[in-house]
Amino acid sequence: MPVPELHRTTLPNGLRVLVVPDPVTPVVGVAVHVDVGFRSEPEGRTGFAHLFEHLMFQGSESLEKLAHFRHVQGSGGVFNGSTHQDYTDYFQVLPAAALERALFLEADRLRAPKLTQENLRNQVDVVKEEIRLNVLNRPYGGFPWILLPPVLYDTFPNAHNGYGDFSELEQASLDDAAAFFDTYYSPANAQVTVAGYLDVEETLRLVEKHFGDIPARPAPQRPSFGEPLPSGERRQSVIDAHAPLPAIALGYRLPDPGADLDGYLGHALLGSVLGDGEAARLQRRLVHTDGLVTDISASAGLMGPLDARDPDTFTITAVHPGAVDPDRVLAAVDEELDKLAAEGPSTEELARQVARWSAGLHQENDRVMYRMLGLGARELLYGRAEISAELPDRLAAVTPEQVRAAAAALRSGGRGVLLVEPKESE
Amino acid sequence: MTVTSHRSADEIGSTALGPRPLPPLGPTRAVPLPDVEERVLPNGLRVLAAHRPGVPMVELRLRVPFAGEEPEHPAVAELLSSTLLTGTATRDRVGIDDELAAVGADLGVNVDPERLQIGGSGLADGLPDLLAVLADVLTSATHPDGEVARERDRLVERISVARAQPRTIAREALQRKRFGDHPITREMPTGDDVAAVTVEQVRALHGAALVPGGSILVLVGDIDPPTAIAQVEKAVTGWTADAPARELSSPPPITPSDLQLVHRAGSVQSQLRLSAPALRRHDERYAALQLANLVFGGYFSSRWMENVREDKGYTYGAHSGVEFVPGGAVLGVETDVASDVTAAALLETRYELGRLTAVPPTAAEVDAARAYAVGSLLISLDNQGGLASTLSALAADGLGIEWLRTHPGRLESVTVEQVAEAALEFFAPTAFTGVVVGDADVIGARVRALGGITGP
Repeated sequence: MPVPELHRTTLPNGLRVLVVPDPVTPVVGVAVHVDVGFRSEPEGRTGFAHLFEHLMFQGSESLEKLAHFRHVQGSGGVFNGSTHQDYTDYFQVLPAAALERALFLEADRLRAPKLTQENLRNQVDVVKEEIRLNVLNRPYGGFPWILLPPVLYDTFPNAHNGYGDFSELEQASLDDAAAFFDTYYSPANAQVTVAGYLDVEETLRLVEKHFGDIPARPAPQRPSFGEPLPSGERRQSVIDAHAPLPAIALGYRLPDPGADLDGYLGHALLGSVLGDGEAARLQRRLVHTDGLVTDISASAGLMGPLDARDPDTFTITAVHPGAVDPDRVLAAVDEELDKLAAEGPSTEELARQVARWSAGLHQENDRVMYRMLGLGARELLYGRAEISAELPDRLAAVTPEQVRAAAAALRSGGRGVLLVEPKESE
Repeated sequence: MTVTSHRSADEIGSTALGPRPLPPLGPTRAVPLPDVEERVLPNGLRVLAAHRPGVPMVELRLRVPFAGEEPEHPAVAELLSSTLLTGTATRDRVGIDDELAAVGADLGVNVDPERLQIGGSGLADGLPDLLAVLADVLTSATHPDGEVARERDRLVERISVARAQPRTIAREALQRKRFGDHPITREMPTGDDVAAVTVEQVRALHGAALVPGGSILVLVGDIDPPTAIAQVEKAVTGWTADAPARELSSPPPITPSDLQLVHRAGSVQSQLRLSAPALRRHDERYAALQLANLVFGGYFSSRWMENVREDKGYTYGAHSGVEFVPGGAVLGVETDVASDVTAAALLETRYELGRLTAVPPTAAEVDAARAYAVGSLLISLDNQGGLASTLSALAADGLGIEWLRTHPGRLESVTVEQVAEAALEFFAPTAFTGVVVGDADVIGARVRALGGITGP
């Protein structure tokens, strides 16, 4: 994959800027990545980073409530935002004609969001509906991203529920919001990514014009979220009233992608060798040969590959018939991991997974929105947007031995085991 | 918070300079859509191919009309689609997957009452390999005994999971409410139906129904269209049949009626699903309806969404849209709300439907919807997959790339009056039927008090 042209600058107020031109698309995208995610929210305020993301859409000094949505969509664009472990992103993609307008809209809320009691209460209600929709009213809600971390991790940042408890969301105050904004949303703690049909010089001028006078504030000290590796197996069971079948999630610790990217990618490809496609090891063994599970998957990263700093989680998840003892599922997974830890995958097996992964990266790169978000997140998290472009080559360079070592690391380290049990039939 | 001092919310929300003016839009940039090469092969398969570079990939969509009247059809069709890629005369399940993966390709099969679709993508220079595997499963899938038995068990398990989803329950209830027992309603068989399916039924349905006549194959990507079509022709020469694929008949028109209250014990949210007749893309009033729909609930900046989410906090999302059915179209109005505000949300929904007819969209509302309709179409087509899926859906509806090219112009020329007419005709509260799914013990008394609702 050709490395896209990357143009970088840092404004005097500390805001980092990444500009990525693409002469063939008719659209342009603007993303603001802020270096705070749900791992940074204070104890007693679970869900606050995500709630605050909602508040950032509720108006700012130059924009009444609803104006942000109306201006983006009324300019022909689409928008969204999302909250992750270590970052929060805000983004819009529009016809290229709306570039300056998009920059204005993003700058206005980074400069002076309108935080009001009325908007806070309204968005607490909206977020509660989001949680009812995605977690409380459906089978396997929050599986595994909410349920697995408390089994594998001990410290509050890593273990708590990023969606938040209703009681704590309801207690969130306007003062909490003001403190959160002043602490984390300083220009020195954020990065703007602009991608698509644009002129680089003109874009840099417009970014400076709209973001340049946001007053400088210090970037917060980012604590390490590191905690000791778990030893042995930790197990927890939860009851899911809506689930018709039991489910299992296994969580393991990953290498630090910032310090050991190749080790991390070895684990990422181990996930593919285990779970991606009909020929993958766990599919063949547990789904088709032994009939132990209905579906199974394996992947690096609680919320996706290269989406967080250390520590992050390698997960294996499965839904299985009630008649199958979960220990049989675990034993079969361990046997397959042991085989890989002993012999590694074959060269061809690994090459096929790399080819599929590269194709997926091409697809991602074909959409301005995903290309922009991938570059922006990697620039913010690891300081190198280039990682996105280099991924196909770096994955192709991963050896069977590195995947073998990843499997061995999983078998020799501790793990979390979460069992989801259906409610007793009445 | 680690911070020792911070500004108040009021201080944060204002600067010395005060509010700033919104910048104007710059010059618009039109990017032409690619030409689509089209050919009907001797076996009756329609092939569409378009060159869209950008990334070295090709997207593939094969659409086979796949209707069936027999009661067992949905279960057999689901099992057929689950076992289509599990073995042929010369390849087993793993062999099929390995060959696809070698060229970075993926194929998936899904089926609904109207069609079976095989969709996927792969590296562009691996297209011949991708087509070879596709042709092999079309002409000589064996649906091996062991694979059918295993997939049957899995399908029963997956159906139990799907039926625990409130959206599945709501969709099924809505389909039956608006279309009675027309085959279009049979989107998901029961576990018992699937458990009763035999290998012979699967193989028989494959032979009779998975046929080229009337089917459409779309290829979009970094390809040379004439070459790609020639490659398709070479690959599928053996795929022939005496009869064309079976098209689904048109469902009966929607009859306005009371909403049906459907009980789901222990539900903490309710699903509101309302529906009314709509227009096909061919209709000259379609663009006006599209804009009326956007103003009502078709995007975030719509009246209904701004009311029930941004003003009242009843929901995370509320959406309305046009769904195409054979020979027609229907309007869907959908939201999920907490149990204790279900009646309140229903009241606001009916109010906004009525308001769209009584207080029609303003020029500003129409212009915003127009810009969004044109811009979001541009964005959705700016990737190989989006273009392939759109071309496939249009082709099935008898339309082509020319309709896409001219649609922005149609949206631009719609008048405010035409949008008001569409609003009056299609969004009148009296035009609707629908369902409310939730815990009837919790929501029943209040929603019944509003009237126009029966059941459970």
